[in-house]
Amino acid sequence: MPTFVYMTRCDGCGHCVDICPSDIMHIDKVTRRAYNIEPNMCWECYSCVKACPHHAIDVRGYADFAPLGHSVRVDRDEEKGVIAWRIKFRNGQNDLELLAPITTKPWGKHIPKLSDVPAPSKTMRDSQLLFNEPKYIRMDEGGLHTLESNGLVMKEGVYY
Amino acid sequence: MITSNPFAELAAVIPPAAMQAYIILMFLLVVIGTILDMLHKKSGQYFFENSKKAKKNATRTVSAGEKGAIAVKTLAKEVLTSGEFANVKRRISHLLTMYGFIIFVVTTVILIFALRTPDTATSTTVPMLWHLGAAMLCLGGYWFWFGIRVDVASEGVKWYQLNGRGDLFIIGLLGMATFALLWSFTMGSGTLNTLFFVLFIAFSTLLFGSVYWSKFAHMFFKPAAAFQKRITKADGSRENLPAKYDLTDPQVQAKFPDIPTYMGTRPPNMGPGIKREAPNHY
Repeated sequence: MPTFVYMTRCDGCGHCVDICPSDIMHIDKVTRRAYNIEPNMCWECYSCVKACPHHAIDVRGYADFAPLGHSVRVDRDEEKGVIAWRIKFRNGQNDLELLAPITTKPWGKHIPKLSDVPAPSKTMRDSQLLFNEPKYIRMDEGGLHTLESNGLVMKEGVYY
Repeated sequence: MITSNPFAELAAVIPPAAMQAYIILMFLLVVIGTILDMLHKKSGQYFFENSKKAKKNATRTVSAGEKGAIAVKTLAKEVLTSGEFANVKRRISHLLTMYGFIIFVVTTVILIFALRTPDTATSTTVPMLWHLGAAMLCLGGYWFWFGIRVDVASEGVKWYQLNGRGDLFIIGLLGMATFALLWSFTMGSGTLNTLFFVLFIAFSTLLFGSVYWSKFAHMFFKPAAAFQKRITKADGSRENLPAKYDLTDPQVQAKFPDIPTYMGTRPPNMGPGIKREAPNHY
């Protein structure tokens, strides 16, 4: 379900307009508040929701991570370098909060200087690995992670 | 020039009772316009339903004393210093326009209603404040119009392109303040002065008479929205938003082990992130 804006929260600052990858968040010419001009082109990337300094944008989350009628809200705190999510089920009982780091170093510093990096060797070019691919996304310990390899089973009505 | 009361000279042409009647009429228009606006947009109903929802999700009750303290804080930050604006330019322009408008309106009422009082008749402070209010209104308003107006920046709308209802409020404000100053400065120069006076009254009537269509009513519902936002934080409902965590708290670190693993036990301030650049919409 696409994004929508709480008009009493929005102050028309334009952060969502700048960040929207689909360029569908615009400022309404009459009310001077943000709105989604093309809801069916919104793929719920949450960029605008996270960028909004007033938490004025919300999305009705899909039923694939919580039953319909839930609320999923996010607070991206850049100064602390963390993102916090809260998923609340419609019965109000199941209330889940998550907190994860989004950076480990101050923003805008420590940008890799690719021009200083030596050119890749032939072996590196022929390898399937990406440049500087971190260990934790390489498959050094075997192939793809699957439900089976993680000891999980598909449950009818839950996963399919 | 700026120390003389322009309405005193006007009193020779228009009786003070008529001026007072006009002020009362404008006040009534604002009241009626705001009520109609509230009924049409259902903003009262929206706030009532929102507060009911917040009450249902509340984790604690906010006492009347606490509510009073929150009201004072809202008044001090959001209302008196336009604290909700994240953009400094917009905040300064809004403060100039807001205080300019308040000073202008209050001094106009004093100048007209206390015209016959000897203190006001000889006072130079009130007329000076009247001119200052109009000048502040012009400064903040024209800055907004030529530089900050959202559509000018984002949609490439030129300064001379009017935007219908969206610009009604600012046009009314700017027209009123500009022609009030011009009228005062051309006092005694015949036709030109009359023309500026007619335009001053026309724009004032437009401003106060168009409350239903313009964004005039924001001065009433914006403080209410800011107050409600603070209440939801105080009562724990937080509009379903996640809590603000203290990353150095051992309990938080135990609950979310990724924080100490990747960021250490005392994460530094990471700086403003995307807010390092002001949005320019392109």
